[in-house]
Amino acid sequence: MDLTAWNWELDGWIVVAGILCALASSLLGNFLVLRRLSLLGDAISHAVLPGLAIAFLISDSRSSWAMFVGAAAVGLLTAFFTEWVRGAGKVDEGASMGVVFTSLFALGLVLIVYTADRVDLDPNCVLFGSIESVPLDTWQFPGWEIPRAVVILSGVTLLNLAFVLIFYKELKLTAFDPDLAKTLGVSPVWMHYGLMCLVAVTAVACFESVGSVLVVAMLVVPAAAAWMLTDRLGWMMTLSAGLAIVSATTGHLSAIHVPRWFGYGSTSTSGMIAVMCGVAFLTCALWGPRYGVIIRWIRQRNLAWQILSDDILAWLYRQEEKGLISTGPQLESLPADLHARPWRIRWSLGRLKAQGDLEFDATIRLTEKGRDRARVLIRSHRLWERYLMDHADLDQQRLHDKAEKLEHFTDQEMRAKLHQEMSAPKQDPHGSEIPNEHP
Amino acid sequence: MSLFSSWGVFWVGVLDWLVSVETTSETTAFWEVLTLQDYNSRIVVLGTAMLGAAAGLVGSFTLLRKRALMGDALSHATLPGIALAYMVTVAWGGDGKSLPVLMLGATISGLAGVGCILWIRRQTRIKEDAALGIILSVFFGLGVCLLGIIQKMETGHAAGLEAFIYGKTASMRLLDVQWIAGAASLCLLACLLFAKELKLLCFDEGFAGSEGYWVTGLDSLLMGMVVLISIVGLQAVGLILIIALLVIPAAAARFWTQRLSTMTVLSALIGAASGIVGAIASGLFSSLPSGAMIVLVCATFFLFSLVLGSQRGLVVRWWRRFQLARSVRRQHLLRAVYELIDWKTGANSTDRQIPIPISQLYPRRSWTMSQLQTEIRRAENQGLLQKNNAQVQLTETGFAVAERLTHQHRLWELFLIHYAEIAPSRVDRDADAIEHVLEPETIKELERLLQQEETQRSLISPHALSDPVQHAAANRSDQVSNTGEDEGEKL
Repeated sequence: MDLTAWNWELDGWIVVAGILCALASSLLGNFLVLRRLSLLGDAISHAVLPGLAIAFLISDSRSSWAMFVGAAAVGLLTAFFTEWVRGAGKVDEGASMGVVFTSLFALGLVLIVYTADRVDLDPNCVLFGSIESVPLDTWQFPGWEIPRAVVILSGVTLLNLAFVLIFYKELKLTAFDPDLAKTLGVSPVWMHYGLMCLVAVTAVACFESVGSVLVVAMLVVPAAAAWMLTDRLGWMMTLSAGLAIVSATTGHLSAIHVPRWFGYGSTSTSGMIAVMCGVAFLTCALWGPRYGVIIRWIRQRNLAWQILSDDILAWLYRQEEKGLISTGPQLESLPADLHARPWRIRWSLGRLKAQGDLEFDATIRLTEKGRDRARVLIRSHRLWERYLMDHADLDQQRLHDKAEKLEHFTDQEMRAKLHQEMSAPKQDPHGSEIPNEHP
Repeated sequence: MSLFSSWGVFWVGVLDWLVSVETTSETTAFWEVLTLQDYNSRIVVLGTAMLGAAAGLVGSFTLLRKRALMGDALSHATLPGIALAYMVTVAWGGDGKSLPVLMLGATISGLAGVGCILWIRRQTRIKEDAALGIILSVFFGLGVCLLGIIQKMETGHAAGLEAFIYGKTASMRLLDVQWIAGAASLCLLACLLFAKELKLLCFDEGFAGSEGYWVTGLDSLLMGMVVLISIVGLQAVGLILIIALLVIPAAAARFWTQRLSTMTVLSALIGAASGIVGAIASGLFSSLPSGAMIVLVCATFFLFSLVLGSQRGLVVRWWRRFQLARSVRRQHLLRAVYELIDWKTGANSTDRQIPIPISQLYPRRSWTMSQLQTEIRRAENQGLLQKNNAQVQLTETGFAVAERLTHQHRLWELFLIHYAEIAPSRVDRDADAIEHVLEPETIKELERLLQQEETQRSLISPHALSDPVQHAAANRSDQVSNTGEDEGEKL
């Protein structure tokens, strides 16, 4: 990659600002995602607009403190109104959010236009932010010159980190079991509004850099991606922080370089950070070790193959019982009986042969090993039929189908229990013999 | 509170302006706008009215389907499509800002967004809310990137495209209105044709499926309509505020009715009215963003409906709860009197309309003396009992009512003892909670079940009627939380 255009003074600060935004947001985002409040993050980040406008009106300046107070107040109001409209008006939660945040956003737009002649506040800036101009506005420190946005963002990140660490246990409880939290004396309501307040503050801090819609990307996407990778909250938070850092860094790099591949100039870093968050989510959703789409697909395929192999072996065993041992059944008769496509049957036969469960040329025969495996399956099947008939009082017509499903998931211990429970039955309900565990 | 006050200040400002404008030379221009004599304002008002009506219509279905925020995600997801369509047409040497091409791009990427949301929800452990959040922000981010690229292109500038984000109601042209009219009539047609199917989908998806309706297809139809409305609405109110038109009118209409057909019509009307009022307002103050004005009018309608709605409005629901609480209190009084009579005379006595001292009535329940006095006065006005000195005596009507109430109470107690196996010492309180809402059919059923027809008029209490004073001591602590308000909520 061509890094000659890289300028530490400019790009370095931009990346730092992006990373801080992403970190501050994703810390809180974990709890939003877990509590299914992701869209409240969206709502709040839109709705703080009137808070900003009013803060400007009152303080007549772009002072950061007024902005934070105004935004936090309106953020809380959004959460409160949403809850009120949902509870008092009995409106569906999504709809109440929609009503509240669009109204507040509209009010904000009107107020901004109304105050435009007095304060310079561009709605464009609120929506998209301008991370590229972060290094231009600096504060002087002894020996250092640090961009204002970076200082503010560091403060907010530390604030969020402190909140999350101090109230870790409480947040965890309210996220997973609000009722238990209540009985233990942790008020879910206080945690809720505390969280919302910080979301609003974070949204304001990130506005200038990445804009309101992209705050949502940082709140929700890294946390959701981390949720695809792990079940543990601590890990989830760590991973989401890591993903946030990676997305912010790659976001800026690709904002500079990706458009050049297509012959265009560089593009918006904040947009690209959101896209990179999306890429990170897609990667985690696809390749996650436990919940990933691909791994689950592979597991499903494997299971399907295993069940087909089981079915083939069991079918052969039944044929042997009917006295067709000497010649062995014809290959062609398989597909029709097993309701599977011919190529899948052929593939399974190959696998079974490789495992040494059967051998075939024109006819198919079980080996000793394969017969053992088949016997156990048939035993499970018939034990289940007997059990379902005697104990679950299942209709005779449906016995076979149920047992057919259960046989693949029955281990030796379960078979022994079934055997014992029914005091060692000899025959299944259809009159076939139940084979022994060992020949 | 500053929000409310600023809202108030805003409307006061509007009114001020209206008053002042009467006396200035701008009066003619003002009336031109208001009476739609001006061609431009006619176009704008017509367009926003139709858009509001169509969005209200479609919105009422998405609201009931609990998909209100789908429109939010969807409208954000259109941005990359618009930008890409522009880039592609410019790359092929086209105009770039031709409306059909941009709308095609918007449709495709909006649909892709919906597809992604459905995929995430079905294939991963991510819930719907996070899926919506992910798609809307990532797609919007992509759109911002593409707009950033367009801005630096030599051939064009993105100025026109930003209209899609904020809307440009004031500069709506006849062509835009024609697009809106087309989309609106398509939606109306679809809603009329599939009225029954959509209704089923909204209220009982499972039943619709079992009746052989193609649920996925109907869902797609609904989402298709949302896409259509969002895309024609992008031009008018912008992609952030079109969601308001899809959600707010429907949510407001819901307060006025329990019928789907009425709700859709009402929601369309509210949407249209907001469009008209908002457009006229922004025509009057050309500096105010028109999309935002429309939404604010919408929000005002919502607030009005929330408070005053005839079916679910706050006032109506408060009134209903108040009425219920009052009738519950009256029933408590009558039953307390009847039980005291029972306790004093025994069930088989003939002369049962004896006077009861208020001092004995007082400890029966957890009421204060002044509450009790109020209740007695109210019952006296209704002709249920008479008060002499410190005693009350039931009238004929009052006695009949009290007897019926106590009968219901004891029936339910018996039912709890026999069928729910609740200890006799506890049934009094449990029956207390339900006796006020038992319907005549339920009473009949209970009587049949308990085979008590022969003793119908004088059912004996299944638990020993305690000494009034002790009874009250036991009851007092129990009933603190058991006020009429609670019972109203349980309905």
